[in-house]
Amino acid sequence: MELIYLLIPLSPLIGAIIAGLFGSKIGRKGAHTVTILGVAISCILSFVVLKHIVFDGNTYNENLYTWSAVKGISFHVGFMIDNLTAMMMVVVTFVSLMVHVYTMGYMSDDEHNWPKDSQAGFNSYQRFFSYISLFTFSMLMLVMSNNFMQLFFGWEAVGLVSYLLIGFWSTRDTAIYANMKAFLVNRVGDFGFLLGIAAVLMYFGSMDYQEVFDKAPALADSKINIIGSTEWSLMTVTCILLFVGAMGKSAQVPLHVWLPDSMEGPTPISALIHAATMVTAGIFMVARMSPLYELSTTALSFVLVIGAITAFFMGLIGIVQNDIKKVVAYSTLSQLGYMTVALGAGAYGAAVFHLMTHAFFKALLFLAAGSVIIAMHHEQDIRKMGGLKKYMPITYWTSLIGSLALIGFPGFAGFFSKDLIIEAVHMSDVPGATFAYWMVLLGVFVTAFYSFRMFFLVFHGEERMDEHTKSHLHESPWVVTVPLVALAIPAVFAGYLLDPMVVGDFFKGAIAGVGVEGSLVSEMKATYHGVFGFITHGLMMPPFWLAMGGLVSAWFIYMRRPEIATWFYKRFRWLHTLLDNKYFVDDFNQKFFASGAVSLGKVLWKAGDRILIDGLLVNGSAWLVNKVSGTVRRIQTGYMYHYAFSMIVGVLAFISWIIYRTSAS
Amino acid sequence: MDNWALLSLLIWLPIVGGIAVLMAGDHWCRPMALVVSIVTFVVSLPLWIGFDAATAAMQFEEKRLWIQTFGIHYHLGIDGLSMPLILLNTFITMIIVIAGWEVIQKKPAQYMAAFLIMEGIINGVFAAQDAMLFYVFFEAMLIPMFIVIGVWGGANRVYATIKFFLYTFLGSVFMLISLIYLYNQGGSFAITDMHHMKIGMTAQILIFLSFLLAFGVKVPMWPVHTWLPDAHVEAPTGGSIILAAIMLKIGGYGFLRFSLPIVPDASEELTWLIMLMSLTAIVYIGFIALVQQDMKKLVAYSSIAHMGFVTMGFFLMFAIHKNTGSYDGSVLAMQGGMVQMVSHGFISGAMFLSIGVLYDRMHTREISAYGGVANRMPIFAGFFVLFAMANSGLPGTSGFVGEFMVILASFKASFWIAFLAATTLIVGAAYSLWLVKRTIFGGVANDEVALLQDVNKREFFMLAVLAFFVLLLGLWPDPLTHVMGVSIEHLINHASQSKLPN
Repeated sequence: MELIYLLIPLSPLIGAIIAGLFGSKIGRKGAHTVTILGVAISCILSFVVLKHIVFDGNTYNENLYTWSAVKGISFHVGFMIDNLTAMMMVVVTFVSLMVHVYTMGYMSDDEHNWPKDSQAGFNSYQRFFSYISLFTFSMLMLVMSNNFMQLFFGWEAVGLVSYLLIGFWSTRDTAIYANMKAFLVNRVGDFGFLLGIAAVLMYFGSMDYQEVFDKAPALADSKINIIGSTEWSLMTVTCILLFVGAMGKSAQVPLHVWLPDSMEGPTPISALIHAATMVTAGIFMVARMSPLYELSTTALSFVLVIGAITAFFMGLIGIVQNDIKKVVAYSTLSQLGYMTVALGAGAYGAAVFHLMTHAFFKALLFLAAGSVIIAMHHEQDIRKMGGLKKYMPITYWTSLIGSLALIGFPGFAGFFSKDLIIEAVHMSDVPGATFAYWMVLLGVFVTAFYSFRMFFLVFHGEERMDEHTKSHLHESPWVVTVPLVALAIPAVFAGYLLDPMVVGDFFKGAIAGVGVEGSLVSEMKATYHGVFGFITHGLMMPPFWLAMGGLVSAWFIYMRRPEIATWFYKRFRWLHTLLDNKYFVDDFNQKFFASGAVSLGKVLWKAGDRILIDGLLVNGSAWLVNKVSGTVRRIQTGYMYHYAFSMIVGVLAFISWIIYRTSAS
Repeated sequence: MDNWALLSLLIWLPIVGGIAVLMAGDHWCRPMALVVSIVTFVVSLPLWIGFDAATAAMQFEEKRLWIQTFGIHYHLGIDGLSMPLILLNTFITMIIVIAGWEVIQKKPAQYMAAFLIMEGIINGVFAAQDAMLFYVFFEAMLIPMFIVIGVWGGANRVYATIKFFLYTFLGSVFMLISLIYLYNQGGSFAITDMHHMKIGMTAQILIFLSFLLAFGVKVPMWPVHTWLPDAHVEAPTGGSIILAAIMLKIGGYGFLRFSLPIVPDASEELTWLIMLMSLTAIVYIGFIALVQQDMKKLVAYSSIAHMGFVTMGFFLMFAIHKNTGSYDGSVLAMQGGMVQMVSHGFISGAMFLSIGVLYDRMHTREISAYGGVANRMPIFAGFFVLFAMANSGLPGTSGFVGEFMVILASFKASFWIAFLAATTLIVGAAYSLWLVKRTIFGGVANDEVALLQDVNKREFFMLAVLAFFVLLLGLWPDPLTHVMGVSIEHLINHASQSKLPN
């Protein structure tokens, strides 16, 4: 098995290296063959591992090599494979494989995306495949890790690839602004994350997950001093610091600002990195650390409230977006909020379950959006679309499945996972749970509304595109539609894994089974009468009616009575302005943090280095020396070597004096 | 092994070779210098292979009486602290010789000779076990550097050389006084003898401050850092590389060899000062780097910020002891500082080399003169992004290892030290990536950029070799931490004992 575990991350890495370094030798065909082969091997083996771990009941936790061993503390690279990991591996490699295939279609005419005089786009097709394979490797290292150091490596490595891919079309100013912003905002999160890791190392004395978890209960009541003599709970501080990292990577308020901008990258990576996998790393991490989070209600409450705010308020912004990718991006933010809420409620299993279903239907929605974008010749404004149903039937039907899964329509994947989260929050007694409950409940309406607003505007109604575009409209090639269909299947059926995954003991051992998680599971078991019982039960619950309400309102407003939208826009101009400007968070960051840092730097440089140190101390002493020596100016020749010479003579004289004194005494 | 006189060979071979290159003249100087530097590098390899990592004692020792009257010995030896730095030096010198191959057209023989002689002297600094011998090498090193900046430097080179020379000379003069004082008290110039002397507190503090001045200027630590940006801007590419990659390390090395073991009580007493200076370097200098308009200045300031981690890591042991009552975690901190020194050698060397590649084509270092370089130099752009990422401490590159270790360890000393140190994650990424955004990415900015040619084979080779080491050290630092481990533990044990007379 060890060889298989090793092959899973390494085969995409090898593919990435070959495609990246030898792109011009192997050509386009060679590049996509080698990377797809690598990811396919990895995907198949992940399924083998899933069987081995889940069905045969094995676990694995071994170190591969010692990264560095320093007295008392050793850093390793190693794998910890349990049910949680196995599930993540399957999700990551499967979505990645689909995206790889899809990329063959999406990037086939990439040379049009580069200016004629630029060589930056040379081998861009090969390079793109290299990056997404490298991403797959990094993400696998992240989820398979058995220690914090490797987790941090994977964490930053996916950030690097995200940076490279958002700015893939590096001649576009918006793209290179967005990728720097993404990296820096993530670094703010990593700042907290690294401090959290430092806290773990220093108080638990190990980087190894298992050792840390074993020691956690004994340290549950430890206190540390941070400001003066105020005592803080070690667990709370550690967990919140780690969660700051998750806020960056999983784009939670207020570190969410990078994700909408990341849509500057090519659509396949929006699906893979910025919807299905990388952004869920934070969710995965908290679930992985659940034995620690279980010990701090304060930290959970913090997580819950942040998630609730993200889930609702980011969804609201989705309503006013007109860029097809931006709508999906805000819906991703909102859904990540849902997962975070579940974590905060202590329902880690529900969060991970939603992570999985979301990975499928959100990747599907993004790839479908990409298919639309190809057909529309890179037009992304939904106001210029409409009636695409008859031109693109496969894209249409798969989008419908994705949207229904997203809004939680009974029977589709999202229904099970989202209902479970709402149930969990409802049952939770973590402070802030009532607030969170209302946020996620109202969020259901919002989700349904923006999803179907987009859906209707794109696929139904009048055809608003220009004649030229219209004459070229056609369904995308098979490399695009096959992944759509392949993702649509789990977008429907993944929800039925509810039975084994949540009601069963799937995450036992991998996720802390106490607190709400435990009571949720026991309550589920008590009232659970099979999947269909869950569906019929769901039909009577508020989330279903809210979702239906959102869907119907969207249909009514955008298909039947567009004047309502206009009226609303005029009547609530301020609300629109607020949402359109994303609550002015970007402007604030730009003015306060970005410009502030530059101004601070300028002040420090000019006042500190130039005036104070150089001006006053360095050149000032030179000036003073010059003045003092005014009387002996005649022997000042101004030649450097004279000065150096006199210095040496001086030093020699000094030494002679000391030696004389020493020998005399 | 000892009687092979490897260390002497490492000192005198490049010096003699340098003189030979000088005599050979401009026509043959390049291949000759290359041969000398490669042979020196090869000669330095047995140090690594034959090194016994299980002991903290000096290895490859050589000892001969030099000046009998004062008991000054020609005494050489290395331990886990100096050995990696010698290898770094012999390696970087090879890169410098190759880097100056076509670029230096003015007096190339003298240029090559200066660097080879400097290589030998710096090896002497790291190998010297006699304080006087150390001092001689320490000062002698300034001369070739002074010449390199003064002869092959930019327009404002005179100001820069004087500033460089006076700054560093000022510091070392005070160190000399301390060394003479120690000799007077203990009767020996042997560094190990000084390690075992009992010294009163007042004397310790004064000695510590004099060492701080000497080594702090070299590192350079805030606020005695302002010579570095000027020296870098004026120095030719090779000068910048040796300055950043090796010379700064001598300051850090001095703290380990002199300050900590000779005056541990004063080090403990004044740890707050070092922490203050280091954190200021990390935070304050980071912001200054952000607003630089000149690429070299930006990298020079970022060097100062990175070296802040070195000094911080070296002195964290006392802060950790104060906070937790034990020295656990000190080894990690000091290891971090050492790894940071070696790593910074590769990364800053690579950054300055990259800037040199651009400067050779455009003859300007103004960031605003660039933009969209990737459109013309895609291969170079790949390297540059890699090195910028390493500069901002990305895991998997060597830049991560040292900072990671120091930040982890600093948490044990104080939450706030860790907090301030960790801001480098944000600020370091900000200045590095903003530089990348403004120079490498974007559309072709102007006609000069439009005419750029991508790297040639020689440049590709150098960048690739540096990239290899940056990644190797990032993915597997164990070989490096392994050889240093015992020496560092020994040093911490030694420095944790009070040396005040009873």
